[in-house]
Amino acid sequence: MFDVVSFIPRAVVQGVPLLLGSTGETLTEKSGNLNLGIPGIMYVGAISGTIGAFLYETSLPSPDALNGFLAVAIPTLACLAGSLLMGLIYCFLTVTLRANQNVTGLALTTFGVGFGNFFGGSLIKLAGSDMPYLALSATSLCFRKTLPWAQTTGWFGKVFLSYGFLAYLAVVIALVAGYVLRHTRLGLHLRAVGENPATADAAGVNVNRYKYWATCIGSMVAGLGGLYYVMDYSSGIWSNNAFGDRGWLAIALVIFTIWRPNVGVLASILFGGLYILDVYIPSGMNLAIKEIYKMIPYIVTIVVLIITSMRNKRENQPPASLGLPYFREER
Amino acid sequence: MQNKAPAVELRNITKRFGSVLANEGVSMEIRRGEILALLGENGSGKTTLMNMLSGIYFPDEGEIFIDGKPVVIRAPKDAYALGIGMIHQHFKLVDVLTAAENIVLGLKGRLDMKKAVRKIDEICKAYGFEVDPKQKIYDMSVSQKQTVEIVKVLYRGADILILDEPTAVLTPQETDKLFKVLRTMRDDGKAIVIITHKMHEVESLSDRVAVLRDGRYIGEMRTADSNAQEMTNMMVGHPVVLNIDRPEPVNPRLRLEVRDLTVRSEEGILKLDGVTFSAYSGEILGIAGISGSGQKELLEAIAGLQPTERGSVTYYEDSGAREQLLGKDPLKIQEMGVVLSFVPEDRLGMGLVGNMDLTDNMMLRSFRRGRTVFTDRSTPHHVAEDVVRDLSVVTPSLSTPVRRLSGGNVQKVLVGREITQAPSVLLTAYAVRGLDINSSYTIYDLINRQKAAGVAVIYVGEDLDVLVELADRILVLCGGKVSGIVDGRRTDKRQIGLMMTRIGGGAHE
Repeated sequence: MFDVVSFIPRAVVQGVPLLLGSTGETLTEKSGNLNLGIPGIMYVGAISGTIGAFLYETSLPSPDALNGFLAVAIPTLACLAGSLLMGLIYCFLTVTLRANQNVTGLALTTFGVGFGNFFGGSLIKLAGSDMPYLALSATSLCFRKTLPWAQTTGWFGKVFLSYGFLAYLAVVIALVAGYVLRHTRLGLHLRAVGENPATADAAGVNVNRYKYWATCIGSMVAGLGGLYYVMDYSSGIWSNNAFGDRGWLAIALVIFTIWRPNVGVLASILFGGLYILDVYIPSGMNLAIKEIYKMIPYIVTIVVLIITSMRNKRENQPPASLGLPYFREER
Repeated sequence: MQNKAPAVELRNITKRFGSVLANEGVSMEIRRGEILALLGENGSGKTTLMNMLSGIYFPDEGEIFIDGKPVVIRAPKDAYALGIGMIHQHFKLVDVLTAAENIVLGLKGRLDMKKAVRKIDEICKAYGFEVDPKQKIYDMSVSQKQTVEIVKVLYRGADILILDEPTAVLTPQETDKLFKVLRTMRDDGKAIVIITHKMHEVESLSDRVAVLRDGRYIGEMRTADSNAQEMTNMMVGHPVVLNIDRPEPVNPRLRLEVRDLTVRSEEGILKLDGVTFSAYSGEILGIAGISGSGQKELLEAIAGLQPTERGSVTYYEDSGAREQLLGKDPLKIQEMGVVLSFVPEDRLGMGLVGNMDLTDNMMLRSFRRGRTVFTDRSTPHHVAEDVVRDLSVVTPSLSTPVRRLSGGNVQKVLVGREITQAPSVLLTAYAVRGLDINSSYTIYDLINRQKAAGVAVIYVGEDLDVLVELADRILVLCGGKVSGIVDGRRTDKRQIGLMMTRIGGGAHE
C-alpha cells in the first residue's frame, strides 16, 4: 500500500532545496542572466555553511555549550557570504566584462563542486574521522527544530509541521518573489530588464544594477538550498558529491514553473516526489528500473517545454534577452 | 504662444565610434513652439546627434544647454528629468507588458496601475490619442505602438520631443493623424524635432529645417523660404536632379507568366486569390496595394519560398523554351539556369546576415561554387569592393558586420549583391524604405539600368508618387486579388488609390 502520509513529508524535504534553487534561478533569469552556475553555487552554499558550523562547533569547549541562535546564524551567514561571492563572480564576468553566460555558468558549476569537495575533504581530515564524511549533528538539531505540535497532531502535524525553519522560509521566499515580480515597480523593472534591456535603459532603469542585484540575491537564495540539504535533509552530514544532480533539477524546475516562483512551491514538492518515487515503487533489485524512475522529473520538464512552446503564449516564454549581454552603445 | 526661445542649444558636439566620426563640431538650436525637421542622408549622424540628447550616447566633446543652462546628460533618466523625450525609429517597448506598464516603466514610487491608467486616459483625451492601457504590446499594430511611445514621453512630462522617422511605417491616414497631433503639441508650446526622409512631409509639417551632412552641421532655413530641391541639394552637397527617368522599354519579350496564383497562409487565410499577370523583359512592373494585400506572398511565391495552393509561374527563356518555377525551391530554380534576384522586405532577416561582414554576405550567393572543399573568398571580396565603390556604401571596412551599417547602406549592399548576379528577373520589395532621398534616387537609377539591360523588374512600392513615375505598368492588389493593371504613363495617384481599396477602383471611366 502506498503510504501517502510518510511519502509527502519525504517529497517536501526533497523539494525544498529544489524550491530555493529554482526561486534563486528565476530571479536571476528574470534579469536576463542565464546562470548555469546554480548547481555550483548551491554546492558552495552548502560547504560554506558546513565550514561555518564546523568552526563554531570545534570552538566550543563542550557540545553542551552550543548556543542555538549562533548555531543557526553562523552557518547561515557563512552560506550567504559564500554564495554571494559566487554570484558576484558571475556578475562581474557576464555583466561588467560581458563574457559568455553559458561558459561562465558552467565554469562556476565545475569550480563550485571542486571547491566544495576540496574543503569538504579537508574538514573530514581535520575532524580526524575515519569515515568519508563529517557529522555536525548538534548544529543540525538546531536547524531541524520543529514546532512543538508536530508530534501531537497526527497526520496533520506530519504533513505540514514536521519541517525545519528553512523549509518554511523557502516557501515564504518563493511567494514573496512571486509577488514582487508581479505587483511591484521593482518587479516590473526587473522583468523589463530581462525582456528588453535597451528599452529598460531608455526608460531610465539602471540595467546593470538590476542584473547585479537580481543575480546576487538569486545566488544567495539558491545557496540556502545547499545549506538546507546538508543541515536539515542530511542531518548535518557532509560527504563529498552527495548533493548529486539537484542543482540541475532546480534549473529544470524553473522551466517547469514557467518562471513563476509561486508555482514552484507545489511544483518543487512534485519534483521531490518524482525524485524519490523509485524508493516507493517496488522495483525489486533491478537497479536499472530505479534509474529510469529518476529520469521522470527531466522527462516532465521536456514535456512542459513542448506544451508551452506549442501553446506559444508570449507570457510563458523565457525572458526574451535571456543569455544575451547588454551594452548600451552597441549598434 | 510666440515664445520661441531656444529650448536646447548644442555647441560643438563631436562623437566618434571607434575610428568613425559620427558627429563633428555640431552647433544648433531647438526652439519651443516650433517643429524642426532634421535632414541628412543616411549615415549623416542625425540619429546619433539626437541620441546624445536623449542620453543613449554620451558626446566625446561639446556642450549642451537646456533653457540657457549647461547640462550633462549621462543616461536616459537625465534626459527625462530635463523634459527631453525621444521616440525611436525602432520602438523601445517591452512586448509582453501592457501599454500602461510600458508607460510607467522606469519611474519611481509605488506602483499604482489604476492611477497610471487614469493619467494615461487624460493625456489621450487632451491630444486625441486612442490607447487601451491594458492591451499587450505584442497585440498592437505599428501605429498603436507608436502612439504608446508618444504617450510614454508625454506621461513623463516631456516638452522637447524628438521623433526619429516616425512615418516610415505608417499608412498615409495614420501619418495625417500623427501630424495633427504634432501640430497640436507645437501650438501647446512644445519643442518638436522630426527626422524624416520624405520631402513632402518636411514641407507640410515643419517650421524650420536643419541640415547635416557627413556628421557636420551645414545650415538651417525656414521651411516657408525653401523648397525640396534646395533642401536636397544642401543635404547631398551638390545639385541633384529630382526626376525619375522612365525610358521606353526596348524590345520587350514575355519573361514571366503568372496564372491563377493562389496562396493560403498557415492560418488558412487567403493571401493571394487567382492572381494572373505577365512580366516582360526590359520593363518595370510596379505592384501597388495597401500593405499586407499579398505583395510579400506574391514575390515569395515567384522566388520559390512560399507554398502555393494552385496556379502556375512560367519562365520564358529568350529561345522561347519554358520552365515551370512553381513547386521548386530557390536552389532548384538556380540550377535550372534561371537567375532570379530577390530583394526582400526584411533586409536583415531574409536578405543579409547581420553578424557577418560584407564579404561573407556576398558569399551567401556564391558559396556553392568552386571545385575544392575550400570556399572561394577572393571573388566575393572583389564583389564587395565593387558594390562599395559603385554604390558609394559608407562602411568602415569590408570586414564590418552589416548590422552596424545604417539602414540605407544595408539596402545598398543587398541590392548591389543581387544586381551583380546579372539577373533576368529582379524582384524588389520596398527597395527604398527608410532610405534618404539621394540613396533612393541611386536605387531608382540602378533599377532603371537593370531595365535597360533587359531585366524583367517587379517593383513593389509604397510611395505612389514614385510608382507612377518609375513603373511602365502598375499592377494594383486589393485583398489578394488583382484589382487591375494600368499603364504607368496614363494613370495617376488618385486612380491607383481607389483601386487599392476597391476592386477595379469602383465606378471609374
